[in-house]
Amino acid sequence: MAREITVTVNGTPHTLEVENRLLLVHLIREKINLTGTHIGCDTSNCGACTILLNGKSVKSCTILAVQANGKEIQTVEGLAAPGEMHPLQEGFKENHGLHCGFCTPGMLMRSVELLEDNPNPTEEEIRWGISGNLCRCTGYNNIVKAIQWASAKMRGEETPSTEPEFVS
Amino acid sequence: MIKCKTSKAISGMGHSMKRKEDARFLQGKGNYVDDIKLPGMLHMDIVRSPYAYAKIKSIDTSAALAIPGVIAVVTGKDLEQYNLHWMPTLMSDTQMVLPTDTVMYQAQEVAAVIATDRYTARDGKEAVVVEYEPMKPLMNAKKALDADAPVLRTDKEGKTDNHIWHWEAGDKEATEKVFNEAEVVVSQDMYIPRIHVVSIETCGCVADYSKVNNHLTMYMTTQAPHAIRTVIALVAGHVGLTEEKIRVISPDIGGGFGGKVPVYPGYVIAIAVSFLTGAPIKWIEDRTENLQADSFARDYHINVEMAGTKEGKILATRFKVLADHGYTDASANPSKFPTGLFSIGTGSYNYNTAYMEADAVYTNKPPGGVAYRCSFRVTEAVHAIERITDRFAFEVGIDPADLRMQNFIKKEDFPWKSPTGWEYDSGDYHAGLKLAMKTVDYWKLREEQKEKKAQGKLMGIGISTFTEIVGAGPSKDFDILGIKMFDSAEIRVHPTGKAIARFGTKSQGQGHETTYAQIIAEELGIPAENIQIEEGDTDTAPYGLGTYASRSTPTAGAAAAMAARKLRAKAKKIAAYLLEVSEDDLEWEPGKFFVKGAPEKVKTIQEIVFASYTNHPQGMEAGFEATHYYDPPNLTFPSGAYICVVDIDPETIEIKVRRFVAIDDCGNIINPMIVQGQVHGGLTQGIAPAMYEELIYDDAGNILNGTLMDYLVPTAIESPSWETGHTVTPSPHHPIGAKGVGESPTVGAPPAIANAIVDALSHLGVRHLDIPITPYKVWKVLQELKG
Ligand code: FES
Ligand code: FES
Repeated sequence: MAREITVTVNGTPHTLEVENRLLLVHLIREKINLTGTHIGCDTSNCGACTILLNGKSVKSCTILAVQANGKEIQTVEGLAAPGEMHPLQEGFKENHGLHCGFCTPGMLMRSVELLEDNPNPTEEEIRWGISGNLCRCTGYNNIVKAIQWASAKMRGEETPSTEPEFVS
Repeated sequence: MIKCKTSKAISGMGHSMKRKEDARFLQGKGNYVDDIKLPGMLHMDIVRSPYAYAKIKSIDTSAALAIPGVIAVVTGKDLEQYNLHWMPTLMSDTQMVLPTDTVMYQAQEVAAVIATDRYTARDGKEAVVVEYEPMKPLMNAKKALDADAPVLRTDKEGKTDNHIWHWEAGDKEATEKVFNEAEVVVSQDMYIPRIHVVSIETCGCVADYSKVNNHLTMYMTTQAPHAIRTVIALVAGHVGLTEEKIRVISPDIGGGFGGKVPVYPGYVIAIAVSFLTGAPIKWIEDRTENLQADSFARDYHINVEMAGTKEGKILATRFKVLADHGYTDASANPSKFPTGLFSIGTGSYNYNTAYMEADAVYTNKPPGGVAYRCSFRVTEAVHAIERITDRFAFEVGIDPADLRMQNFIKKEDFPWKSPTGWEYDSGDYHAGLKLAMKTVDYWKLREEQKEKKAQGKLMGIGISTFTEIVGAGPSKDFDILGIKMFDSAEIRVHPTGKAIARFGTKSQGQGHETTYAQIIAEELGIPAENIQIEEGDTDTAPYGLGTYASRSTPTAGAAAAMAARKLRAKAKKIAAYLLEVSEDDLEWEPGKFFVKGAPEKVKTIQEIVFASYTNHPQGMEAGFEATHYYDPPNLTFPSGAYICVVDIDPETIEIKVRRFVAIDDCGNIINPMIVQGQVHGGLTQGIAPAMYEELIYDDAGNILNGTLMDYLVPTAIESPSWETGHTVTPSPHHPIGAKGVGESPTVGAPPAIANAIVDALSHLGVRHLDIPITPYKVWKVLQELKG
């Protein structure tokens, strides 16, 4: 069973014929060929597939492509023009918020909504806010720091130092 | 606190240079295996066994083949025609690619379905009908050697039991003597459970065989592309796939931690099918398959004993291990080391007598014995020694910090010969623990603990002061399938003074594109910014054994420095020629040679490189390239002092890590930001097995938590805010004095956490708890103690 749907991905409308059972993440990765959105599990636990659907962060492995019909999708590729960076992308780079980069697109997309809802979150709020996204590499310290850094930048405030802090 | 010899513009060692690889990952332009799409590519899915031990009576593929889009179903019988149904493991055991008659663990590969897209492949998988005759599985390693245990490996001629190997180290008799005469002996049984790396990217490949060129390009999630190429040639050489016809490409890897070292059946089936059909075959396992079937880590049953004096002097240790390897030994150890580097377990303490023995057995669990951010059984060994040290301290009534200080090997005693034969290169254990104690304000915490105890509150402080062993390894002892464990670097500097360097290792997030560039920048003075690093393509990179066991910096990092030094020697000759002075008159400063006493007479490295292509001395080889294969003279021995503070809610038994301070000594530091990142990540992979993760099987062989729903990977909530610091004791034998750091925190954290929790409960009679220490486990023990 297939049907025609129209989705707008990063501002560009796409009309495609899709199988009813096609997952949104596969639509994005394999039909629209945007492979920045990743797949890390089959139980909706890891968040590697997180995108924005009409501005809300969702796990795109948990939604059917047909449910996105008529909706706006934003993926990591749409965060900034190629070669440019959204403050969150910059924050992750400056604060070493990524190692292998596999969880990163999902973390970034989740953080976009987190900062929209709460432009000045505490560490605790950030930790709860990203608790639906798993990272196996970073130990989360620097992801928290990256989001704090981006939130300062987005509020137009001075950004905290990005030098690593050591006890001595 | 780290002194840099180079300017920030050059960014040699010691600079927290931002990572060069980040831009592509942040903009969704990484290139992971599942992102690869080739024309005519088919998809593969795998039918897996619901039983842990069963005879296969029949496989009916007709319904699957009737589905439009299903191209083929491959079974063990099909592979048998080409003698591809079994393959060697890295430990020279054998493993089924696909079974012809018996399955040996739940989730084992039984057949492969090839289809035009992944959904159809999954439909085909559901439609394959397999008839099994289940048998009673052997799930308990402790019963594997019983007379009535089924002999699992009947495929091995003459095998009459489930024993795999026996291993020993140290001096048995001398140890017995010390134990017999010792004033104090403590003994502890412990189980280090089976766990799984759960890199967020699972494993997979695209096998692309061209019938026209008789050539295979294999894109795969591997930490060791060259070794894999050799293994493929060994397995498939007889059907015409010889090593020059194989190119292994390891693209961006979404985390490895050791789980991407082994050769899994899926890879081999994909190659076989591509070979037979001529079409590119993509196989990407899903998370559940990854958790249930890919190599596990740990699964060691240990008895550890310590003998000492009433005054707290450690005199000897004794270890006895039962290793559960599942149905085949598919560890990724150096060949001569069936227990990996477990013999590091004598620890950071000054005593001369120890004995260790281990036996490995087969069970009906998935094969393995690979890393979980520590390949070579160092984690198991360190857990044992650090737990028993605490037990001993408790027994003799000395504070565990004091007892450690009293027994540490002293700074001036290095190089130090361990009772099991290792030569520790360097260390300053006292300094590390002192810094950790100062940071947490240790004695004040002990005061607080006393007060809390009086109020009925539960608080504990746990220490772990570990010695690691990494950088495998010296070629006289270390090989995998006969290939020596050196590693390599090749540097090419272009005429305009910018460079590309290639390596036999493969980053899975460690940041090699940045740190290797920094090492070369340190040696040559070419800005790290202008040095491009490439890994993971066997056609272009020099041969190397890959990235695992924290070996990349100790081996390939050293190779980079040595290759760069060859180039600097050449640069000196060219500079002398250009400046018309003798080499002895020249002095080096990062990025330039100048004449002693006449600093205005100078040639920059860029000018020198340009001259090597345009105006090199007659008789000298033109160009500016060097390769080095580095064979380490010894391993490196990083160390650490970790302190963990926990609070336990006496009502709910919720265990909260209040503080965790990690002081690491990994020798000289290439990039402090990246080292810290490695430590953070390793600590979270330390709290994971200490408090959350364990693969659990029932007696019928079912895995009870084989999905991410119930295998508990820590989120940002469970993971505390880590505090880290360093002492720096360079490795004396390493070209840049570095030691490696990736696995240290995973090795050192679990005993610190376990010691803290036991410390919080010791006045209630608790002496030991096996990891993972869950609230339920603690509650049960407390109920039992109350009677
Ligand atoms: S892929 Fe893991 S939550 Fe979507
Ligand atoms: S950076 Fe590797 S999983 Fe997060």
